[in-house]
Amino acid sequence: MYRYDEFDERLVRERVAQFASQVERRLSGALTEEEFRPLRLKNGLYLQLHAYMLRIAVPYGTLHARQLRQLAHIADVYDRGYGHFTTRQNLQFNWPKLKDVPAILGLLADVEMHCIQTSGNCIRNVTADHFSGVAHDEFEDPRPIAELLRQWSSLHPEFEWLGRKFKIAVTGATQDRAVLKSHDVGVRIVRDPATQQVGYQILIGGGLGRTPMVGKVLREFLPREKLLSYLEAVLRVYNLEGRRDNKYKARIKILVHEIGIDAIRAKVEEEFAAIDSPRNDVDPQEFARIAAFFAPPAYESLPDVSRKLEQAQAADAELARFVEHNLFRHKQRGYTALTISLKPIGQAPGDATSHQMRVIADLAEKYSFDEARVTHMQNIVLPHVRLDDVPEIFAVLRAEGLGTPNVGLVTDILACPGLDYCALATARSIPVAQALAEHFADPAKQKEIGDFSIKISGCINACGHHHIGNIGILGLEKKGAESYQITIGGDPGENYALGELLGPGLPAELVPEAIDRVVAVYLSQREPGESFIEAYRRLGLAPFKAAFKEIADAVA
Amino acid sequence: MLLLDRQGEKVDSFAHLQDGEKIAGKTPIVPLAALEAELAVQGGAPLGVLVENNVRTAELEPYFGTLALIAIRFPSAADGRGFSLARQLREHGFTGLLRASGPLFSDQFPQALACGFDEVEIPDASAARQPVEHWLAARNRITLAYQHEHGLGESILDLRRARTLEKNLNGAKNV
Amino acid sequence: MAAVKRPPLPVILVANDLLEGDVVYAVAGGWTRDPRQALVAGDEAAAQALEAFGATELRQCKVVDPYLVDVQVGEGGLPVPRHYREVLRMHGPSVRRDLGKQADFDY
Repeated sequence: MYRYDEFDERLVRERVAQFASQVERRLSGALTEEEFRPLRLKNGLYLQLHAYMLRIAVPYGTLHARQLRQLAHIADVYDRGYGHFTTRQNLQFNWPKLKDVPAILGLLADVEMHCIQTSGNCIRNVTADHFSGVAHDEFEDPRPIAELLRQWSSLHPEFEWLGRKFKIAVTGATQDRAVLKSHDVGVRIVRDPATQQVGYQILIGGGLGRTPMVGKVLREFLPREKLLSYLEAVLRVYNLEGRRDNKYKARIKILVHEIGIDAIRAKVEEEFAAIDSPRNDVDPQEFARIAAFFAPPAYESLPDVSRKLEQAQAADAELARFVEHNLFRHKQRGYTALTISLKPIGQAPGDATSHQMRVIADLAEKYSFDEARVTHMQNIVLPHVRLDDVPEIFAVLRAEGLGTPNVGLVTDILACPGLDYCALATARSIPVAQALAEHFADPAKQKEIGDFSIKISGCINACGHHHIGNIGILGLEKKGAESYQITIGGDPGENYALGELLGPGLPAELVPEAIDRVVAVYLSQREPGESFIEAYRRLGLAPFKAAFKEIADAVA
Repeated sequence: MLLLDRQGEKVDSFAHLQDGEKIAGKTPIVPLAALEAELAVQGGAPLGVLVENNVRTAELEPYFGTLALIAIRFPSAADGRGFSLARQLREHGFTGLLRASGPLFSDQFPQALACGFDEVEIPDASAARQPVEHWLAARNRITLAYQHEHGLGESILDLRRARTLEKNLNGAKNV
Repeated sequence: MAAVKRPPLPVILVANDLLEGDVVYAVAGGWTRDPRQALVAGDEAAAQALEAFGATELRQCKVVDPYLVDVQVGEGGLPVPRHYREVLRMHGPSVRRDLGKQADFDY
């Protein structure tokens, strides 16, 4: 993991003092609310439905035990004993007081953390594949460039006042687990087929929200040393040319859509030509310095298969289910990446208590080289676990209510906080997620359904990624009541697709039954080995729409 | 209006046209639309121009040698196009004075300077809430940057390079 | 600027405390965290007075985002907002009955 040097540390400490000064000047009236609002947002502080909310950056989702324990401490002292892991690999506290925020930031700085640019119209926290560095299908660990981008984008003087937020995601794997195509910029590490040189494919203009757009290829191959100067050109073109007349049309995806990918490319290349110089290249020494922090840990040499785990599985059906669903194939023989589901049936997706954070910290320290990852699916990964240790880890998780064996299944539901917390929401998300999880709680039923993603947003801004759920649920207001629009066929991965609307909105209580009908169509019409999304692609919208209509008609 | 540079409050030797008229004893700042006409009559005397933040650098480039000052208007504090425009003007070789003109607030001062502005000109309403001391204090709150500041060479990257060099030198001495 | 449309009467004034962030309701000359104490304006003059109070308190850095909420006065004098968003705001997260005003004031 990356560790701060004296410069990183000083910058974060100075930023804390700067924020404290901004709060003081707000209270004295030197800063108006209009001036202060973007300043507090750029430091992750929102004013939500019931209280302030503080969003803490977890750069590319990577945490170590000391950081998790500090988050638990903050939750206990300054919040209500829990936190919420978000779809952008961050952590949110729902109840901080403005007067306490400088102290909280100080505690974060003590463990090399911050809230810099977790909101506001600037470059946001860089996200990455949560299996970075360990995935069997990975070409190169993307975290060194994620860290490079974190530094480059932090307090960038030119890009603090963009037309709108700007999100970057990176991956180095074949399978896209970082949802590159829904980001303003996606960076994929690739090898140039001609020269065998390692560099980047750059995607641009993806996004969800009220106008979902699929990211397009801006550059097929960018040499390694040009990454920052090229992105500087992208950001400058966006800052100068992006729309400022309408905040709903201010994301770069709209600019790309309006002038076209070829015109954007021409502008970026022109700007890049002006910026490109050895002085602006990524310094190979600096890149090597950062990359060294992400060298693989000292793995033991182990056999491929763990007899110990096999025996334990044979004796414990729950452990067997956990192994089947929550383990991911590791690069290193005898190891696995273990996902801790923050989706116990009936709980708020992504929430963890301070006690659970400490439990996870202990497990990370003892079994995973002191490392944990936050996933955009709102779960936690222990990335370097010996297969031999899985039974012991599972025993602890089960005792702490963290052993739910549902990763990638119908109850592994992604949901934004919705109107239970969020001031922008038009409807609640969490109760819908809870009701669906309860409805599909039976493990046998979940297994029968197989790979299935439900994603729920409480408003059009789509923090719950509803467009790219196999089933997407969007909470809206209809005639003074909460109403839920349901889409089908979304896919965040290689076969990236936005979902299609199934029919009119439903009240919350009918959502589980409607999804049940859709699932029934799949179960009755699937071919052997066919997943839900594959069956949907083969069958098309019609049979699902017909089944859905039976429920919708009952309301009408 | 309050005019500031890195050192603090500054007497303005320039003046925007008032009702289309120049102010005696001051170098005039004319709107871009009037620039050609002004150049035709001013006979080589110093001149400034006021531009909107959506002007193209290419439009101004032919005048780089003749302009003593370019003032970029900030319609609001949240509209950051002027920062990129300033950067671009500097990278394309403008060496005269660059002024940010509009309701910026003190926390944006270091950002403006880093992007190549020399000075900011803020309306009285802003200056009443944020006196000169606030602007000077803002300038020094964050003493480090990952990015190269315009005209300065002390980014964190440079400091890291220097640190490595020093370590290597010390290592060499010890051998 | 076009005149902002005021919600139908009766109304209460809601805002966030600047320093704490808590949701607060206007009472005579001040604020309360307890919605049951909220001052209900039943006529146009009282609604205007609430609105003016909100604007003053915003300027004086006491509260953020003050606005009027239309209510019905229910059992025991508790003003009940007509819109579900404001009802949630008055109670707290529906998924955490142990948090928010519903827990603080036990209703």
